Amino acid sequence: MATMTADEIRLIEERYPQVFRRPTYKRFAPLFLFVGILLYLIYALWFFSLPQVLRESHWERLPLFLTQWVSYDLQPEFRLDQPEITPKYPRFSALGENPNPDWVIKNADGTFSVLIDGPDKSVTFDKTKATIVANGETVPVSLTGGKPVISGPVPDWITAHDDEVVAKMGFAGEVRVTVDRVKVRKRFLGWANFVFDTRSPFFGKSASEVVSLIVSGPELKPGTSNLALAGDNIWNNAQWQHGDVWTKLLQTIVMAFLGTLLGGIVAFPLAFFAARNITPNGLLSQVLKRFFDFMRSVDMLIWALFFTRAFGPGPLAGSAAIFFTEIGTLGKTYSESLENIDDKPREGIKSTGANGLLVQRYGVMPEVIPIFISQTLYQWESNTRGATIIGAVGAGGIGLKLWEAMRTNSNWANVFYMVLLTLAVVFIFDNISNFLRRRLSRTIHDYNRIQAEQN
Amino acid sequence: MTLSVTAPSAATHQMADAWRRQISLRRLYTVLGVGLLLAAMFASMWFADEANAGHFFDRLPHILDFLSWLIPKDWNDVWRALFDIASPHDTGTQEFNFPLGRVYVWGGFYIPEYFELMLTTVNVALVSTFIGFIFAVPFSFIAARNLTPHPVLRLVVKRFMELLRAFPEIVIAGLFAAIVSTGPIAAIIAIGLHSIGALGKLFYEINENIDMRAEEGLRAVGANWFERVRFADLPQVLPNFMSYTLLRVEINVRASTIIGAVGGGGIGEELKLSISRGFGAKTLALVLLLFTTIFIIDQFSAWLRRKLVGEQAFLMGA
Repeated sequence: MATMTADEIRLIEERYPQVFRRPTYKRFAPLFLFVGILLYLIYALWFFSLPQVLRESHWERLPLFLTQWVSYDLQPEFRLDQPEITPKYPRFSALGENPNPDWVIKNADGTFSVLIDGPDKSVTFDKTKATIVANGETVPVSLTGGKPVISGPVPDWITAHDDEVVAKMGFAGEVRVTVDRVKVRKRFLGWANFVFDTRSPFFGKSASEVVSLIVSGPELKPGTSNLALAGDNIWNNAQWQHGDVWTKLLQTIVMAFLGTLLGGIVAFPLAFFAARNITPNGLLSQVLKRFFDFMRSVDMLIWALFFTRAFGPGPLAGSAAIFFTEIGTLGKTYSESLENIDDKPREGIKSTGANGLLVQRYGVMPEVIPIFISQTLYQWESNTRGATIIGAVGAGGIGLKLWEAMRTNSNWANVFYMVLLTLAVVFIFDNISNFLRRRLSRTIHDYNRIQAEQN
Repeated sequence: MTLSVTAPSAATHQMADAWRRQISLRRLYTVLGVGLLLAAMFASMWFADEANAGHFFDRLPHILDFLSWLIPKDWNDVWRALFDIASPHDTGTQEFNFPLGRVYVWGGFYIPEYFELMLTTVNVALVSTFIGFIFAVPFSFIAARNLTPHPVLRLVVKRFMELLRAFPEIVIAGLFAAIVSTGPIAAIIAIGLHSIGALGKLFYEINENIDMRAEEGLRAVGANWFERVRFADLPQVLPNFMSYTLLRVEINVRASTIIGAVGGGGIGEELKLSISRGFGAKTLALVLLLFTTIFIIDQFSAWLRRKLVGEQAFLMGA
């Protein structure tokens, strides 16, 4: 490349003063913006006292919670101070009322073995001693001296407290040994009793057994067919509450649908009066536009809280909240698209002597209806997502159920189940809305193309 | 000029008939579609009403009852609540009490409790939008069909952003509330993650529509991917990015209020408490404050967006 002379550089500078001789404030604008953002972030750091919060947070819980999303555990406990050692399971354990799992073995010599992950990770014990096996090491624990004592070196996966020995075995589980009890936690991948809960007569049966019972088995509950019984058992599964979850999910969908549709129906006529090019009355247009702003600015949360108080908690309150917010949002977007229309079709219709309503019907609506529908679909899509959240303040739907499962029960598997359902719903509705909008945008596109050709 | 009228030919009749048939078929579809929509609407109404704690027609006569608790005994209490001034009607209950109290900045100048809460909500929105922006920009260049460094990477990033967008914010907030304690930080993480997905999608759609000539020019002089993005693509899209980010600030202020109401701190929580306990003056003060703030932020952002990208920013609306 040829080198430019000073003259050439000067010439170029003179030719493009808007690039080379910008005012100072413009030249340093990015720098100011950067410094401003940096200062703001430092302020935010102080405002939220982030270092302190991070210091006090429990990041070790995160992997634990995440494993709980896709796994469950069983926690048998063995009392050693009873005359005979028997395994005890917590109430409502996933194994049902008569648990006899094959990983708890009563040996011939009176000792018990619990296989946490096969014989490689296990514990064998009687009243005097326990032997913990994991990571290729065998650790004997003596229980006779009034407290558990490990003979030999203590490996790093075992924590020896004064009165308790805790052996962590990773994802598989853990063993806690004291002189009077042995507590085992064994973790399984998957969701326990997802189809039938422990009270169901179908519990513990394999899929083929269940099918053959339904098809040709004797009635398990006199007077009801096995199919109806199975359906009822699944729907009312106490642990997973399929029925309740699906009903709440439907409520969320209905809230978004109803709120958006009603909002669209109300906003549609109002938008015509708010659009400056259609309504010559400036005052009316201004009033309506401020009304739309008001409905939008009073936030979905406020509407949701008010309607929850007025109608009681439930999807009616949620629908009404979305409805009121959508009047504002859709009214605004509708009137803005009306203000952007091409005026020629209207003039054409007007010149034929049509009255006001007919002008709107044949001169304006063909142009804006596809745009309106597209905007409404877009809002519908975003409300389907938003409806989950306002549910949590009591406005119906799956939001509250999610919140309760998280905050009150810490039932992360249930949370994950509901999250998966919500994701599926959002995915399906996104695709429906995208498909419809793409079809519509083709219509809009065709219209614009024809217009351009005619010009 | 004379008009000569000839009888329409058979072909014209045929055409007119076909046209009429087409129109009536279309009309039929429209009627069917609208009928289906209305049926779905009434079914939904019935379902929503059935599932609600109070029913629509039972509650309708009492719909304005809430005005009775909403209207304060003394209108001055609204201002007192807003500026955290002791009320002469104070009976020692929560109705006139402000447990968090004023935040003194210097001397006698203080930020009233509600302004402080509002500030928390707005800060949550700003910080989470910032997080969203910082991550969405690089992601959007990877996810754009015309700029992506590798198609597989593009697919991964796109799916990841889709997941972030669809994942219920409330679950992320709840999960992190258990880790970093309930409060604004959990809300920031939840809204921030969602913003990455939402902004990323808008950004990469902008990226896919850019003028590729600048990019080609830089490619011709041997610029690498990063340099091409920095000097050819970013200058083109930055105003649009900013515009969408401002729009996101508006949305995030609302989201942060709602997340606040379910335990994320800020003004949402206070508003929920105040409404559920029926504190008229406090509720009015909070609604007024929230409304004004959102209104100001909306108008300011609209003004700024108009300056950045002109009327174009308003075609799609919110």
